[in-house]
Amino acid sequence: MEPIAFQKIYTRVSQVTKATCSLHATGVGNEEMAQVNDRLAQVVKIEGDLVTLQIFSGTEGIPTNSEVIFLGHAPQLSVSEELCGRFFNAYGQPIDGGPEVEGQLVEIGGPSVNPVRRKQPSELIATGIAGIDLNNTIVTGQKIPFFADPDQPYNQVMAMVALRAQADKIILGGMGISNDDYLFFKNVFENAGATDRIISFVNTTEAPPVERLLVPDMALTAAEYFAVEKKQKVLVLLTDMTLYADALSIVSNRMDQIPSKDSMPGSLYSDLAKLYEKAVQFPDGGSITIIAVTTLSGGDITHAIPDNTGYITEGQLFLRKDTDIGKVIVDPFRSLSRLRQLVIGKKTREDHPQVMNTAVRLYADAANAKTKIENGFDLTDYDKRTMSFAREYSEKLLAIDINIEIDTMIDTAWKLFGKYFSYAEIGIKAELVEKYGTINQHKN
Amino acid sequence: MATTGKVAGIISNLVMVKVDGPVSQNEICYIHFAGVKLMAEVIRIGAFYAYLQVFESTRGLKTGTEVEFTGHLLEATLGPGILSKNFDGLQNDLNKMEGIFLRKGEYTHPLEPDKLWDFKPLAKKGETVVAGSWLGEVAENWIPHKIMVPFILDGRYKVSKINSEGSYKIDDTIALLKDGKGEEYRVTMVQKWPIKIPIKAYREKPRPFNFMETGIRVIDCINPIVEGGTGFIPGPFGTGKTVLQHALSKQAEADMIVVAACGERANEVVELFSEFPELDDPRTGRKLMERTTIIANTSNMPVAAREASVYTAMTIAEYYRQMGLKILLLADSTSRWAQALREMSNRMEELPGPDAFPMDLPAIISNFYARAGYVRLHNGKTGSVTFIGTVSPAGGNLKEPVTEATKKAARCFYSLSQNRADSKRYPAIDAVDSYSKYLEYPEFIEFVSQSIGSNWIDQILEVKNILIRGNEAYEQINILGDDGVPIHYHEIFWKSEVIDFVILQQDAFDNIDASTPIPRQKYMMDKVLEVCNTAFTFNKFEEVNPYFKRIINVFKQMNYSEFQSEPFRNYEEELKSIINEKRKTEEQAV
Ligand SMILES: Nc1ncnc2c1ncn2[C@@H]1O[C@H](COP(=O)(O)OP(=O)(O)OP(=O)(O)O)[C@@H](O)[C@H]1O
Ligand SMILES: [Mg+2]
Repeated sequence: MEPIAFQKIYTRVSQVTKATCSLHATGVGNEEMAQVNDRLAQVVKIEGDLVTLQIFSGTEGIPTNSEVIFLGHAPQLSVSEELCGRFFNAYGQPIDGGPEVEGQLVEIGGPSVNPVRRKQPSELIATGIAGIDLNNTIVTGQKIPFFADPDQPYNQVMAMVALRAQADKIILGGMGISNDDYLFFKNVFENAGATDRIISFVNTTEAPPVERLLVPDMALTAAEYFAVEKKQKVLVLLTDMTLYADALSIVSNRMDQIPSKDSMPGSLYSDLAKLYEKAVQFPDGGSITIIAVTTLSGGDITHAIPDNTGYITEGQLFLRKDTDIGKVIVDPFRSLSRLRQLVIGKKTREDHPQVMNTAVRLYADAANAKTKIENGFDLTDYDKRTMSFAREYSEKLLAIDINIEIDTMIDTAWKLFGKYFSYAEIGIKAELVEKYGTINQHKN
Repeated sequence: MATTGKVAGIISNLVMVKVDGPVSQNEICYIHFAGVKLMAEVIRIGAFYAYLQVFESTRGLKTGTEVEFTGHLLEATLGPGILSKNFDGLQNDLNKMEGIFLRKGEYTHPLEPDKLWDFKPLAKKGETVVAGSWLGEVAENWIPHKIMVPFILDGRYKVSKINSEGSYKIDDTIALLKDGKGEEYRVTMVQKWPIKIPIKAYREKPRPFNFMETGIRVIDCINPIVEGGTGFIPGPFGTGKTVLQHALSKQAEADMIVVAACGERANEVVELFSEFPELDDPRTGRKLMERTTIIANTSNMPVAAREASVYTAMTIAEYYRQMGLKILLLADSTSRWAQALREMSNRMEELPGPDAFPMDLPAIISNFYARAGYVRLHNGKTGSVTFIGTVSPAGGNLKEPVTEATKKAARCFYSLSQNRADSKRYPAIDAVDSYSKYLEYPEFIEFVSQSIGSNWIDQILEVKNILIRGNEAYEQINILGDDGVPIHYHEIFWKSEVIDFVILQQDAFDNIDASTPIPRQKYMMDKVLEVCNTAFTFNKFEEVNPYFKRIINVFKQMNYSEFQSEPFRNYEEELKSIINEKRKTEEQAV
């Protein structure tokens, strides 16, 4: 980014804090980008002619005689087909050694879609994982995070989902991911021969944390280009949104804003919603689906980051290690896809909703039986049957290494019902039992 | 001459302006920015600057930019054409906006200035009228939309001219009014009203007592709400607040529904946009959209307009109440509106209250809830605004400022429980923790004894009691073990489970179960209580669970069947014979 001839260069910085610097300047626009020596910065406050800039990479070593140039525009990204297969940093600059992208320059974090121009999402995304497709079906235009403990294989699951999802484009926004994870994604995408439909914006742990604030908007701006201009199905992967929110709190803290819960800024809900709400289904077929990762600390979902996320996204997926079968499963209790009812029983077989609910309910009964054992009580015959059911259900359906069609998932559930339970115990509508079930009417 | 000013500072959507004349608190102004006008509201006036909250993104805005003040507060435009519309928080008609994306500074007319409406006069020349008096009416969908004396007019007026029947546009003069001094006022079919001020062109606001049917059993049968009542639904994320509100908007017994989607998901609003024009309103046989107005300020739309959106919605509801109609106003979620207030208050560096919310949050919330209510108009007719808001407590903890402030303001409390939602017991309203203060109103008790059944209130209390006893029995069983308690503990517990599964739980996505009319609710209540009041004989505790599961299963099949249809009756017979299997015989009872 070379300064253009007529641009005015300021050389007197009057105040420097941990994250910002201020100077007297005129004709500056709110949220405009600037360059302070060789660091990128953005206008965050204007009072009279005193302009405050947030310097993304921090203010360490910024002298009061720094050269400051205002760039005349908000952060922007050059969009075109040339983005495909490329890796960029948080500013949208190539990090793969390739050339700059030629295309149309658009400001990131652009306006919202008029809600009346949206379409109700209705296209199922099949992942082959029953914990998702059967229990928590996701659809195009949805936004849903994995709530995961840092030691869980969320990036692996997300990469797998992305590759099976049959999206036209996959856009990865990596925030504070380790270099190893970055290379993992690169590898998986390359091995799948999918690089030409993948675009990555990556801020690794080695880069300054505040820079990652630009990553989701970069990824979503690219997504909007393909979804709107090219009418494509775009899948955006954002990992890890907790580190994004941490960066927000660093900034607000350094700017002396009053923190609300868990020292997060009071605007956390709006800040996150602005990103997640970019998920959209357009009437002409283009769509943006967001799958994100929110890492939890100690499994606490009441912390401000997962809590606000849960209030914004359309459900959440929990991963859990099932010690009975020694595999990672998608937890059927706490996971939920809010948009599943738009497709289950409509785009899938009519018995899907009831079969899904019944299986989860029986799984819950098994959990109660387990508690009984822990408390030293005897099990009833029903308790024992639910426990055997739960084990098989976990192994044949919930484990994330399953890759089957949805009809097969439903049939598998029916088989398990028939194996362990009676007609009255499953409580499914009679006509569905007759049509699809293999239940012994009299067994008890 | 109108006051003008120049932008002197910008922090996000808070803009400081140096002004050249008088300005008033909450006055609306426009910032002339790059060829468009950005709407803003004065939220504080300081010694040097007026502070504005801008209803748009301020990206690119520079100091020195021209600001023009309008001299009026934020107003709603009221007239025929509001029904079935999709507005944003500032009452712009979203359908009139061009393009896929919302554009800064694009404001559209809320009504149809060119549409002709068939006007019928109701007042006569020479008649004395006051603010809110009905001068005439036009047919808006199926609602006789009253054209009223503007609420802003004080005192008494004489109708000096009233148009005869005919087609008029909203801006045409339809009547002339003369005040005591002989001054004449022109009345059209539209009027403006500042949204933060309640419309009070009625005679009195008695205590509400008319039961309002919602078709949702856990509300109607356990904690009923009334026409003109207030209620709120707090619950952690994903526990069913929105699904419950959508169900209310589809089924509740009201003439008009105003839905304010306040800082929530766009996809949820799209669901209304796409379903309501298709769904039938069982009362009128018309489409649901014909009685609905949607105010959409979703979470990605400008934060400042979020606060405005609930007031816009309330003002529209109050306007229709003045026509003698029953309005149900739903807002999802009032917490987002409180958060919008918090964001602004923090930017202005005000002294924060608990959780950094503004100190006056409780007052703001209670003033808003106070605008709901049942009113008697000057002409003796009645109208009501029933308000039900959701609250999204941070961390699911009900001891937070928004929930606590709302609890003081609303009379019905529908608490959604995480546990119930986790075990898919939908709607996840905790019947024991929740309450309806209306159950204590003698007027209400009188009303439902007449309209539903003389024992209805007793049944409600009995059901609650069984639920509480069931909870207690369940705790004992958990502590002492299945065989550590007398068998009848299991029976008590399972009877409460029958109520839970048959009355409380309701499948919002099943065509039949989704909405239960009152006669059917009463029928099922009688049936369920009959089971609860039957003494059974069990020889060992292991018999209890499977037996009641059978009962529940048959009951559920009844819930899924058309009322009084053949399958329904067959299940009923089946139920009877199951009950008789273990009914205590007379000699056992002795
Ligand atoms: N009555 C019901 N019947 C069946 N499913 C329900 C019912 N209520 C809620 N659900 C399920 O719970 C999910 C979440 O419900 P809903 O969107 O209403 O939650 P919410 O409380 O509004 O959450 P948020 O605060 O995040 O907006 C729904 O998508 C649906 O799957
Ligand atoms: Mg909701």
